[in-house]
Amino acid sequence: MKQIWIICRRELNSFFDSLMAYIMIIAFLGFSGFFTWLYVADVFYSQQASLQIFFDIAFWTLFFFIPALTMGQLAEENRAGTIEFLLTKPIKDVHVIVGKFLATLILICIALLMTIPYYITVANIGPVDHGAVISGYIGLILMSAAYISIGIFASSISNNQIVGFLLAIFVGILFHWIFGMVAGGISGFFGEVLNFLSTRAHFESIARGVLDTTDLVFFISIVVLGLASTETILARKHQ
Amino acid sequence: MDIVINKLTKQYGIQKAVDDITFTVKTGEVLGFLGPNGAGKTTTMKAITSFLIPDAGEITVGNYSVSEEPEEVKKVIGYLPEHNPLYPEMNVIDYLKFVAELQRIDKSRIPERILEMVNVCGLEGEKHKKINELSKGYRQRVGLAQALIHDPDVLILDEPTTGLDPNQIVEIRELIKNIGREKTVILSSHILAEVEATCDRIMIINKGKIVADGTSEELRKHAHGKEILRVTIEGAERNDVITAVQELDTVDLIDPIDSDDSCYEVQSRPELSSRKEIFQLCCKKGWILTELTPIQTKLEDIFHELTMN
Repeated sequence: MKQIWIICRRELNSFFDSLMAYIMIIAFLGFSGFFTWLYVADVFYSQQASLQIFFDIAFWTLFFFIPALTMGQLAEENRAGTIEFLLTKPIKDVHVIVGKFLATLILICIALLMTIPYYITVANIGPVDHGAVISGYIGLILMSAAYISIGIFASSISNNQIVGFLLAIFVGILFHWIFGMVAGGISGFFGEVLNFLSTRAHFESIARGVLDTTDLVFFISIVVLGLASTETILARKHQ
Repeated sequence: MDIVINKLTKQYGIQKAVDDITFTVKTGEVLGFLGPNGAGKTTTMKAITSFLIPDAGEITVGNYSVSEEPEEVKKVIGYLPEHNPLYPEMNVIDYLKFVAELQRIDKSRIPERILEMVNVCGLEGEKHKKINELSKGYRQRVGLAQALIHDPDVLILDEPTTGLDPNQIVEIRELIKNIGREKTVILSSHILAEVEATCDRIMIINKGKIVADGTSEELRKHAHGKEILRVTIEGAERNDVITAVQELDTVDLIDPIDSDDSCYEVQSRPELSSRKEIFQLCCKKGWILTELTPIQTKLEDIFHELTMN
């Protein structure tokens, strides 16, 4: 556990030292703030005291920002050879992976925490469904965890950050958009399977305020699968 | 802590990087690994650090088996990988602290260990700089500092002096020698003089096999087996000297050296020495012996001979 925290702290420091964290937080707040409060279809236009619009925007912005954060996490270690340095220290491969995963997740949580003023503002405008807001945040965190896991896996494949970014976007877009879109046009078992694999379907169900076990199982499965696959890739370095 | 390597084999595709090698390194020994590029030096070192899993064979470090207890092995090994990978965006102190924590050094001892490493590796003026601001020599020192920070019993250094200037090379060699008195050290190098200056024992590997193993003296003997002397005899006719020396039982061949009238190169018969005989001959004849120097075979020649066929 302590070893995971050592890796996690170094990764977090590296995010902040390289300005990556600041850029990510500012861009995230800028985008989500603009579309939530200023753009045509904003909170005022919808005439409802709800954060639904913010969650819709965050659903897309996080999808693009997360691969940018994870793309270098293992690719850069592979390129610089520091992965050899790390894996010859008394630490297990899985600790390195989980430490990096947690660091990115913590950064996303910090960015989401910064949007708490949105919540306070909306709550002052009118009656807000607190349950839906809380579960909306939980939905965003679960979705982020799934994409971080995919991103870290994509980053472990090669020593090129761009490959890490593109692969994460490619795998991500399947879950984020394509599975759901295709499922809309197919009925029967296959349609149901695709619908189950769609992040959107699970996220929307959580964001409505319904925290179902199926949704939890879905996101946690992706996290575990992504991290386990990364471990398999790292294990190949020992061959 | 002894390192025992038993029948280690590692294959990449169809190429055998390391082919069934067996050797032991004892505590207090500095072993120098020599060999051409791709001979299997780095592969062997990586296998000892448990980074590479061998295809066959067993490695033990102290009482720990590398395959069964890699975590324990990693705790007692200090490893400087080839090309010395570092995190460029970290500053020296933060980096050393990170390594110290990874090596599970007691929290209260970390500042003291960092301070000692900064002193030992000469990083005093650079300790607050970021690693990407350091010159190659200083980066190498940071690499050494991270390998030494947990005071490991075993030290594995893959080309530790690359990129250092001559003064730094001498310092680092001294450092390695000092460490080597109590610990087990394996280092690899392309620089033959360095291995000779630093190591108690030299091992030459070629195409994954050990082709020579011993002290530099033993390697020389092994390579040639014949003593060669440079002799200067004054107060005698050249032909007389050649005839008289050639008649000695121990002498195989005497060659006059053209540039100097009184200077000769004498090659003894295998396993024999002609030094005493030459001295006694000069006494008997009343010649003046002004030089009697054993000519050492250069390590370069031995290396060339062993690795070129």
